[in-house]
Amino acid sequence: MSTSFSYPKMILTYGAWWIIWIVIQTWVLHSLGLEWSEACVDATISNVLLTLSGYTTEITSRYYNPDKQNRWFRFVWALALAIICALAINWILAQIYFDNQHYIAFLEKSLPLRFVYAFLMISFMGVISWLMRQMKEEQESKARKNDAENLLREAELSNLRQQIQPHFLFNSLNSISALVGTRPEEARKMIYQLSDFLRGTLKKDEQQVVPLSEELQHLQLYLEIEKVRFGHRLLTDINCDDESLKMKLPALLLQPIVENAIKFGLYDTIGEVTIKISAKAEDNMLSVQIENPYDSETSKPKHGTGFGLNSVQRRLYLLYARNDLLATKTQQNIFITSVKIPQSL
Amino acid sequence: MIKAVVIDDEPLARSIIKEYLQSHPEIELMQECNDGFEGVKAIQQHQPDLIFLDIQMPKINGFEMLELVDPAPSVIFTTAFDEYAIKAFEAHAIDYLLKPFGKERFDKAIHKWMQQKTQNKTDNKTANLLEKLPQQPDEQHRVVVKNGANIRIIPVQDIFYIEAYDDYVKIFTKDNYQLKKKTMSHFEQVLDPKEFLRVHRSFIVQLQQITKVEQSEKSTHVALLKNGAKVPLSRTGYAKLKEVLGV
Repeated sequence: MSTSFSYPKMILTYGAWWIIWIVIQTWVLHSLGLEWSEACVDATISNVLLTLSGYTTEITSRYYNPDKQNRWFRFVWALALAIICALAINWILAQIYFDNQHYIAFLEKSLPLRFVYAFLMISFMGVISWLMRQMKEEQESKARKNDAENLLREAELSNLRQQIQPHFLFNSLNSISALVGTRPEEARKMIYQLSDFLRGTLKKDEQQVVPLSEELQHLQLYLEIEKVRFGHRLLTDINCDDESLKMKLPALLLQPIVENAIKFGLYDTIGEVTIKISAKAEDNMLSVQIENPYDSETSKPKHGTGFGLNSVQRRLYLLYARNDLLATKTQQNIFITSVKIPQSL
Repeated sequence: MIKAVVIDDEPLARSIIKEYLQSHPEIELMQECNDGFEGVKAIQQHQPDLIFLDIQMPKINGFEMLELVDPAPSVIFTTAFDEYAIKAFEAHAIDYLLKPFGKERFDKAIHKWMQQKTQNKTDNKTANLLEKLPQQPDEQHRVVVKNGANIRIIPVQDIFYIEAYDDYVKIFTKDNYQLKKKTMSHFEQVLDPKEFLRVHRSFIVQLQQITKVEQSEKSTHVALLKNGAKVPLSRTGYAKLKEVLGV
């Protein structure tokens, strides 16, 4: 009963239901001593009237859906309708067979039974229609909830992605300002790099997937800017095999990981540092590794997803419903972040 | 002649201050420093009247560096984006330069500093700021101390207890202690109250290091720590400890 019935299908089911009852009632009345013709007319008229009351119930409940305090309404409704139905059936049949003594006597005797039958039938139909309505409402609210969750997910994804570090931005502008006086050509170059980097951050939409080569280009802009800021302290080593360069990944997924590597590897250390990025194709997955040195004295790495990688973890979860794609480990004073990206997007 | 030192981990950020200082011949730039450690040394060596100090720097940040120099010099902070720090500067009327800053803004800061200097208003500002500084999220994990020429960074989880010692506090780690010029109430404020408890007028203890609480004399108690040290508990301290430990 989980799929909702279409309208013609419902009419058909409803009709079949009543025909079955007409047949049953005819047979019962016949076995109680009525002629076949009498039994058939009786059963048909009774059940047509019940069909009509069932329909009325359905229509009414479409406009008036009693709340919990007014539950008794359904009961009173069914009772009243049953009384009216039973009386109406008896009256109509009495008009048809007014000269049939035997039948009239039977009719009078059977009134309470007819009332009980009508009441049970009407109640039953009431319950069915109430159940169907409940189900429909549930389906609708489920769909609404789904929509809301999707919206939230999209908003969350774009939030997780678009955190440009203000520190990075203002310090880069400061470097440009310093270069303008002494080395204007370099200043100009850095403006282009910063602009390209910012454009790259802004233009991508949440669900976009890009080839690794494109993501690396973007990361290189970022690393070049950091090289200008920190002079000769920053070295980079990027090493990706040809197959991996064509593989795809969610846009800007690696950005926060590299930012993290820079934060702990460059901002928080003294002397020359090397940030390594390597990628390879592995079991239909793109496997990327980012390595940075860190200072064990000032920053204690937490295992699992420490070091502020939670947003990457969350994003991977929202996209792939998996929590095992991001892993971190430490080797001596090197912090290694590995991320795997499934390729069946 | 006014002696100045610039401390910033970005060479270009230092070069712009150097450039702007060229039009202030009365200020002599004694040294440029790449990090807080160099900064401490340079300040001891040159005793500058004014320092330009970046906040975000490797290993120890600008504030931690200032804690290591006594007396604290007059500072103009330079920073790109530090919400916490900026609130503190404004509360203490300390001038700061937001990167990137222009020549005019720089000259204005120098001018203002000169004025305050002639009115002797610059003296205690830095010290006051340090005492009341709101903790930045990164700083809560460590305490920076100086022992002669050595600078040590102590992760807070390595602290066993802290004892008041005149104008200083003794910070006890597993088998020795370091002196730092700070007040007990400062540490009471900055350390996580879930992990550290002031159990006595002169003692703050890390709860995790306590193995046992003993009665020492009739009505006084001591806490026994993992390294064998004993920390006296005041009557209210004992009550607080019982409440926190839930016994």
